[in-house]
Amino acid sequence: MAITRYHPVHALLYLVISFLAMAMIFLSLGAPFVAVLEVIIYAGAIIVLFIFVVMMLNLGKDTAQQESAWLRPRVWLIPALLSLVLFGEMATLLIAGAEDEMQIAVVDPKRLSMSLYGGYIIAVELIGFLLMAGIVGAAHIGKHPKKHLHRFLEEKEMGEHEINI
Amino acid sequence: MLGYIPALPFLGFLVLSLGGRVLPRSAAAVIGVGTVVVAALLTMVVGIRWLQVPPVPGEYNLLLWNWFTTGDLSVAFRLRVDALTLVFVFIITFVGALIHIYSTAYMKHDRDHARFFACMNLFVGAMLLLVMADNLVLLYLGWEGVGLCSYLLIGFWYEMPANCSAANKAFLVTRIGDTAMLIGLFLLYRQLGTFDIQTILQRSPHQFLRGANDITLIAFLLLAGGMGKSAQIPLQTWLPDAMAGPSPVSALIHAATMVTAGVYLIARMHVLFLLSPQAMAATALIGGITLFVAGCSAMVQTDIKRVLAYSTISQIGYMFLALGLGAWGAAIFHFFTHAFFKALLFLAAGAVIESLHHEQDIFRMGGLRRRLPLVFYTFLAGAAALAALPFVSAGFYSKDPILWYAYSARGGSVFLYLLSLAGAGLTAFYSTRLVVVVFGGEQRTPVTEKPGKVMTIALVILAVLAVTAGFIEWPRGLFSRFLEGVLPAPVLKDGLPSEGLFQLIAVAVTLLGIYSGYVLYRRRQEVLLRWRQSARIRAVRLFFLNGWGFDALYRTLFVRPFLFISGINKPDWLDWLNKGVVRASLTLSSLLSVSQNGSLRWYIAGVLIGVLFIITLQFFL
Amino acid sequence: MTPIGANTVLVVAAALFVLGLAAALTRKNIIFILIAVEVMLNASGLAFVAAGAKWHQPDGQVMFLFILAMAAAEISVGLALVLQIYHQHKTLDVEDLKELSD
Repeated sequence: MAITRYHPVHALLYLVISFLAMAMIFLSLGAPFVAVLEVIIYAGAIIVLFIFVVMMLNLGKDTAQQESAWLRPRVWLIPALLSLVLFGEMATLLIAGAEDEMQIAVVDPKRLSMSLYGGYIIAVELIGFLLMAGIVGAAHIGKHPKKHLHRFLEEKEMGEHEINI
Repeated sequence: MLGYIPALPFLGFLVLSLGGRVLPRSAAAVIGVGTVVVAALLTMVVGIRWLQVPPVPGEYNLLLWNWFTTGDLSVAFRLRVDALTLVFVFIITFVGALIHIYSTAYMKHDRDHARFFACMNLFVGAMLLLVMADNLVLLYLGWEGVGLCSYLLIGFWYEMPANCSAANKAFLVTRIGDTAMLIGLFLLYRQLGTFDIQTILQRSPHQFLRGANDITLIAFLLLAGGMGKSAQIPLQTWLPDAMAGPSPVSALIHAATMVTAGVYLIARMHVLFLLSPQAMAATALIGGITLFVAGCSAMVQTDIKRVLAYSTISQIGYMFLALGLGAWGAAIFHFFTHAFFKALLFLAAGAVIESLHHEQDIFRMGGLRRRLPLVFYTFLAGAAALAALPFVSAGFYSKDPILWYAYSARGGSVFLYLLSLAGAGLTAFYSTRLVVVVFGGEQRTPVTEKPGKVMTIALVILAVLAVTAGFIEWPRGLFSRFLEGVLPAPVLKDGLPSEGLFQLIAVAVTLLGIYSGYVLYRRRQEVLLRWRQSARIRAVRLFFLNGWGFDALYRTLFVRPFLFISGINKPDWLDWLNKGVVRASLTLSSLLSVSQNGSLRWYIAGVLIGVLFIITLQFFL
Repeated sequence: MTPIGANTVLVVAAALFVLGLAAALTRKNIIFILIAVEVMLNASGLAFVAAGAKWHQPDGQVMFLFILAMAAAEISVGLALVLQIYHQHKTLDVEDLKELSD
């Protein structure tokens, strides 16, 4: 559902639902820590970011109209075709393998953390780099050019220009 | 000490070519002239020692180093000086030194001062190597070296395209001769297994039958090489155009030395020629025809240097004639005197041209006898030698024996004798014409500057030699006796009338030529005017002027078809392949660049299609 | 609960992934494309966790953690870029942002 809505906020809400469902799946697979993490970070922080941007750019009715004008069923044809081919191949590959029953055993958060700080410590450090890079990059890119004049003065200047026409 | 003689000019060449631009003019001149002068002095020392104590094997031999050894063949840098070589070395260094001294004054104002002396030094070095070589490979090295230097020096003022094409022409025409000679050398090696000259000369009589086909072929090929370098018919077309170079170049290369390389080759390999009577006859015939044809052409030329060029061709024709008749010593002696007077004539012509500010048309000169007296007298000495003025000029003592042998030698005939006699008359005629027209009459072009002291000293020395050099042979045979260890005497026919009769005839013809020249051009100039009216005479004159049409002939036979054929392939079909590749890649690129349209969705689709492709492969592999 | 095999979960993940891909191909607005990318990342995370659960190893979850962190960083930078794009071009249409074309 998330992918077919016109209004961005609708799409985001459906995305939240999708994430929550995913968390449940994780829980049933015996990964409680990951499930909680999904809800907190994915559904918590990332969706919030999206919502912020949508609000800042004021994407509402206009976007919905644009998208409805653009998204005729005809447009979905080729992408759907390609995607179906890919899905078909992947499914074939997967089903062809032997279907074993899966024993669900809960993997403790403790085990997870032992593995993280044990074997995967370097990867953790690298992820730290990545996040740092992300922060710095986002901060730099999102910077607005400095305004030299106070906004009142700017408006007044523009007003004067209008009078002189 | 022998090794220094060729080494010094090479050293001079290296220094001047590498550092010529940074050296001041005077230093470049000193180096350029100094090397050749020192070489000349060394030659004189060697010569004096030779005369005092003649070496027992008749030669000086010096091994410098082993050049290369491949398989059975071993070629060394070995210098060998015998009597023949000594004559040539003396001429090359001595006349070369005088010409170098003259050039310091002649090329004083030229921009490329150092390059000139570098090329001249290289030339002297290569020529010395040629005559001092002990084996044919080294000789060929020198041969090619002088060809290169001739090209460099003819095209010395390369900014004029005419000079460049003259240099190209010289190089290409002599190339034909060089290739023939190379084939001859290869054939010789195949038969005898060595390149060593002395070994070849000793073994050939045992290896080849007299008059057999193989030796005749070799001799003809060597003759062709000589013909190319020495500008004999049919390879003579390059020499008149080579006058585009500076006058000292014409003097050194195209009068005294390089063009005599062919004479040296044939004289050196005389054993091979003696084994092939056909080649000897061909040499004599070529020499005879050349001297007559060139003499006719020299009669009507208007450029002073072209007259001298055709005259050179003609005189070398005499040398070839003598070689073909077996009169080796006479040919070398004629070379000896010719070097002096021809170099003198060219240098004096250069002085005249410079004084008249680059005027080369003789009919625009005149009246220089009083303005340039020293040049006049030296030129007169040279022209007298050329015309073989009896008793007082060197030319007489060298040309006269050739005329005698043209009749009396085993290969001689009445035809050759009459041909050479006519040539002598023509020579006398055009020499007189030259002197009278350039120096007599009224002055048509003003003299802008007189030649300097340096130039005149060189001219005077050469003039003295032109007069006196002949006296070496006067008590008949000092020169020939000097050479007799190396070159055999000519074989004469039986039952001959006395030589004196022939000498008298020669003197008479020479005087007739001089007299007619003088009368026609000084006293009875109206005869000339009348001749100019007649269309037939004008046509003949034009024919002679164009060198008997050889240039036109070669142009139609070779140059035009070649240009035609190369013009056909101008839209080069092989090039089409290259262009096709370029065009294909450009088309492909423009086709593929459609996909780089900046649309994000296209890119994602591209990635997807790639992934699909790879996964699909899974099913088939 | 009926026992399910790991392959089933993977098929689910594949389906999710393909859906996200189709959306990414079709949508014009950048925001929607980013949403589709989120869906795809989620699907791949599911695949990892499923694999880890099959073998009772924590490695699958560790991988999911990394994917999560990466997605967070990517989204933050991507949205900052979206802001800049909107400021400069006043449009969020991908078709209009073709300046890197040939």
